[in-house]
Amino acid sequence: MKSFLILRVVAKLLIPFVLLFALYVQFHGEYGPGGGFQAGVILAAGVIFYALIYGLADARRIAPEWFVELLLAAGVLVYAGVGLAGILLGGNFLDYFVLASDPVSGQVRGIILVEAGVGMTVCGVMLKIFYMFAARGMPQR
Amino acid sequence: MESTIINVLLVLMAAAVVALERLRNLFAVVVLFTIYSFLMATVLVALDAVDVAMTEASVGAGISTVLLLAALSLCGSEEAKSRRGTWLPLALACACGLLLVYGTFGLPAFSDPQAPIHTHVARHYLERGLAETGVPNIVTAVLASYRGYDTLGETVVIFTAGAGVIALLRRRRGGEGGR
Repeated sequence: MKSFLILRVVAKLLIPFVLLFALYVQFHGEYGPGGGFQAGVILAAGVIFYALIYGLADARRIAPEWFVELLLAAGVLVYAGVGLAGILLGGNFLDYFVLASDPVSGQVRGIILVEAGVGMTVCGVMLKIFYMFAARGMPQR
Repeated sequence: MESTIINVLLVLMAAAVVALERLRNLFAVVVLFTIYSFLMATVLVALDAVDVAMTEASVGAGISTVLLLAALSLCGSEEAKSRRGTWLPLALACACGLLLVYGTFGLPAFSDPQAPIHTHVARHYLERGLAETGVPNIVTAVLASYRGYDTLGETVVIFTAGAGVIALLRRRRGGEGGR
């Protein structure tokens, strides 16, 4: 779709806002609707939009395959790591109360970290599945 | 007013399903799937479940559409006509649907405050959630803190789905054709 001028211009205008909205949903999820899952999907959708308009090769340059694979594994590790941190600091698995000196701020810290983990994994998996599907139709290099 | 909106949306969804069933062009089917997902998301907004509505709109209408279109580019866009009779599958589907409708009669009435789901721990979450977790959005508090184990499980499920797709579709280096 590289030759469609209107699509290219509209995509260029929209994509920054899509990515910004993903960050908003991620970090404002404690106060408004949304959270890690939705933010990860929206972030992935922004990159997929870019890939649809500018081509898969360009999208792979801004979000390389190795980075996406790293992201989808790192999210689970962050989540489980927060759980293990609870054990190391003297609580139970996924016990957020011990993550900070004050139980409530420990909860807030734990929730933010856990949501970040969910967002990373969801974004990585969605992008990876899209890359794999999209690459199937292409001639092999 | 709200129930009127929901009913109109549900009728539109039913119309979309009937159209889906009759269409043979798979591109139109994918577009109708997207419309169906957006209608579902609107129903969820009307039911004040904004978090679920966002998920439905972004996953159901966004990513799934792209993946279905990607799959469509690999196969043809016309559905082959079934050679066998279609009456048995139709009867089976109708029977299953009626059974599910019959099952809903056993559920508590919609938004009944005395329903078991509202009398167990929901009250504690609503009353003490903000004080205990410091997070105003109760959905996030339940998802990430009170039900942290479940969400960890969900994250692992998503990771497993990604790993499964990678294992199935990755092209082997140096192999013959790599399929």
